[in-house]
Amino acid sequence: MNLLWLQASGCGGCTMSLLCAEDPDVFDSLQDAGITVLWHPAFSLESGTEVRATLERIERGEIPLDLFCVEGAIARGPRGTGRFQMLSGTGRSMMDWVTALAPHARHVVAVGSCAAYGGVTTAGDNPSDAAGLQYEGAHDGGVLPADFRDKSGLPVINVAGCPTHPGWVLETLMLLADGALGADDLDSYARPRFYADHLVHHGCSKNEFYEYKASATELSEMGCMMEHLGCVGTQTVGDCNIRPWNGAGSCTSGGYPCINCTAPEFENPRHAFTQTPKVAGIPVGLPTDMPKAWFMALASLSKAATPPRLAENATSDRLDVPPTVRKPRS
Amino acid sequence: MTDARLVVGPFNRVEGDLEVHLDVTDGAVASARVNAPLFRGFERMLEGRDPRDALTITPRICGICSISQSAAAARALGAAQGLDPTPQGARVAALIHAVENTCDHLTHFYLFFMPDFARPVYSARPWHGQVAERFTAMQGSGARNALTARAKLMHILGLLAGKWPHTLAIQPGGVTRRPSAAERVRIRSDLRGFRRFLERDLFGAPVEDFVALASQDAAMDWGHGDAGLFLRLAADLDLAALGRGGGRYLSFGAYPMADGPAFAPGLWQNGKLRAPDTDAILEDVSHAWMLGASAHPSQGVTEPDLDMRDTAYSWCKAPRMGGRPLECGALARQVIDGHPLARDLAAQGGGVLARVAARLLEIARTQLLMEELAQGIDPEARFMQRADLPRDGQGVGLVEAARGALGHWLRIEDGHIKSYQIIAPTTWNFSPRDAAGTPGPLEAALVGAPVAPGEDTPIAVQHIVRSFDPCMVCTVH
Repeated sequence: MNLLWLQASGCGGCTMSLLCAEDPDVFDSLQDAGITVLWHPAFSLESGTEVRATLERIERGEIPLDLFCVEGAIARGPRGTGRFQMLSGTGRSMMDWVTALAPHARHVVAVGSCAAYGGVTTAGDNPSDAAGLQYEGAHDGGVLPADFRDKSGLPVINVAGCPTHPGWVLETLMLLADGALGADDLDSYARPRFYADHLVHHGCSKNEFYEYKASATELSEMGCMMEHLGCVGTQTVGDCNIRPWNGAGSCTSGGYPCINCTAPEFENPRHAFTQTPKVAGIPVGLPTDMPKAWFMALASLSKAATPPRLAENATSDRLDVPPTVRKPRS
Repeated sequence: MTDARLVVGPFNRVEGDLEVHLDVTDGAVASARVNAPLFRGFERMLEGRDPRDALTITPRICGICSISQSAAAARALGAAQGLDPTPQGARVAALIHAVENTCDHLTHFYLFFMPDFARPVYSARPWHGQVAERFTAMQGSGARNALTARAKLMHILGLLAGKWPHTLAIQPGGVTRRPSAAERVRIRSDLRGFRRFLERDLFGAPVEDFVALASQDAAMDWGHGDAGLFLRLAADLDLAALGRGGGRYLSFGAYPMADGPAFAPGLWQNGKLRAPDTDAILEDVSHAWMLGASAHPSQGVTEPDLDMRDTAYSWCKAPRMGGRPLECGALARQVIDGHPLARDLAAQGGGVLARVAARLLEIARTQLLMEELAQGIDPEARFMQRADLPRDGQGVGLVEAARGALGHWLRIEDGHIKSYQIIAPTTWNFSPRDAAGTPGPLEAALVGAPVAPGEDTPIAVQHIVRSFDPCMVCTVH
């Protein structure tokens, strides 16, 4: 299968993250899946005229385009021209190229939250009037219409995340190469369910603190970050704490909150990222699928039942109090 | 008389979007214009937000210099708060930053810069077979090994920074994650693994021996590893003479710690070192699609010219210090820090050879630094302290990204960000002309580059451009 990767209006971080794939690395993974890279802006040899020739041949239908990966949002400004990002050397905007090439693709993959929904490129008042491929924030329809379908009948596949985990991208591409990713395998925002059916909360190293509402009050403390520090891991899709990052990492294990980066419009949470909004002292935002009354009841009960060990460790930067070691019953 | 006008792009194996316009006369570049063809407007996005949000938003300017942006934002906020990191917090932040910078240098050498020498145009050269085996894009054994070594070194970031890119671990008062004693030894073990790669693949000899090189001549005789292969082809192709710089270098000083930065700050001009005068910085907008007047970043605005007027040609502003363009990056840092090899490379022209060799030197020196930083981690210490944010205030964060001097200028009013201006390393290096018509460092370095008959994407131009290791997404931010 042929793969073309374009970097639209973004930071390039999803490619950088992809290069962190291990055992096997990104090049082995693609090769083993039978994927041929027509061109990638970070690691292909070709520059300048060589690339323009490839793009033009794809557009004329002379080279089949099986996997069209776009990283970064699509700039539509100024005034709808797309000239805030010109694909260099071509005299055409990235918006023009993406909309011209997408209909040729067997599959279109939006790599990262910018390509999927607009992401950080659209933060604040969206200075470049950017949008995702098939979404503008949480709204259907981006630079491609809401009813866009690839040649196999799928919408744009949104491998959302900021950045994306290398495993999410590679497994999506391998599943597509295998003909094993269908419409039912995508969630309601077209994210692959193999990672989007999990919550960041699943496997979080702070789970025991969460259970007892033993909360950190400042960054660097051990406790759960939901109550005070803006963590929305109980509401955010992603297997970040099941499938580690860069060896053994995750945001929450790194001591800072999950900021919902796999979701549309995470870039404008309407509060500081690292501070939980509260109404009358009560945090806004419930764990996914949790009825409010039960959450309130359980939270107050578990808070009352917090073991001293957890209460003490929650506001320390280290485990001051170890769990009691029990002797086996004789 | 101009023989040809060339537009070079898409220009890949650089981070982000780059288009280079060349006027060619008598088989050489007579004049160059560098266009950064992307506008996103991060400085605008930050206005009106909670100041702490800068720590989440600014790293996302760039996926390859993410931690550098994070470090600059943390310093700018800290300055506004009157808050310094704890000594151990500063140490761990420096280690996190050093890992990113080292990985960036490695990515540049193996994935971005060297593959060009595996091109068929060099097939008659005696070193071509070996270079093709090591550096062919996506295939070369050296590139593959480097990718693995890079991913494994980044395990330190998984541990200390949660993930890479885009961490929130670096804060004004330190870092969010205290390493335990067991984690400290694991980090040192990761560093020993990286040293094995450096000594087997990149240098083919002890790291200390490369650090001990004191002159360009001595470096050219190195002879081991992938570094030796590069130096051999550099001699053959006379890369020392290609893409020479203006000899004016800037560094804000790298890895600030309790007892000072690991690599010194400075301004190197006419062979003399002095302190950089950041008050004398002016961002010129005469050839940028930006409105407003040229200004110091503390007073600057980001107002895109929606008409993209014909007299401008880039989204990049043109920073100048005392009216003059400056080059930054590993070569600048090592020259300013006083390393004899870097000083000699600069004295002999500061061209493609110098920029790339200085980057290799910095990989070696940073390996020693990272080992020392990890060794000195004290798990019993405090890694973070806090202070309230002022309702009104300002702060500047000056750091060294892999590619050079990075500055954030922050003003807080009424509890929110009133103004946020950024000058990134490649903003300096790839700036357009200023009002006086003075070209930016790359534009100047390209003049004289050979263009062979029939070449439309000149190979010499590619070498020069990539020798700077540009980061265009930071450039325009």
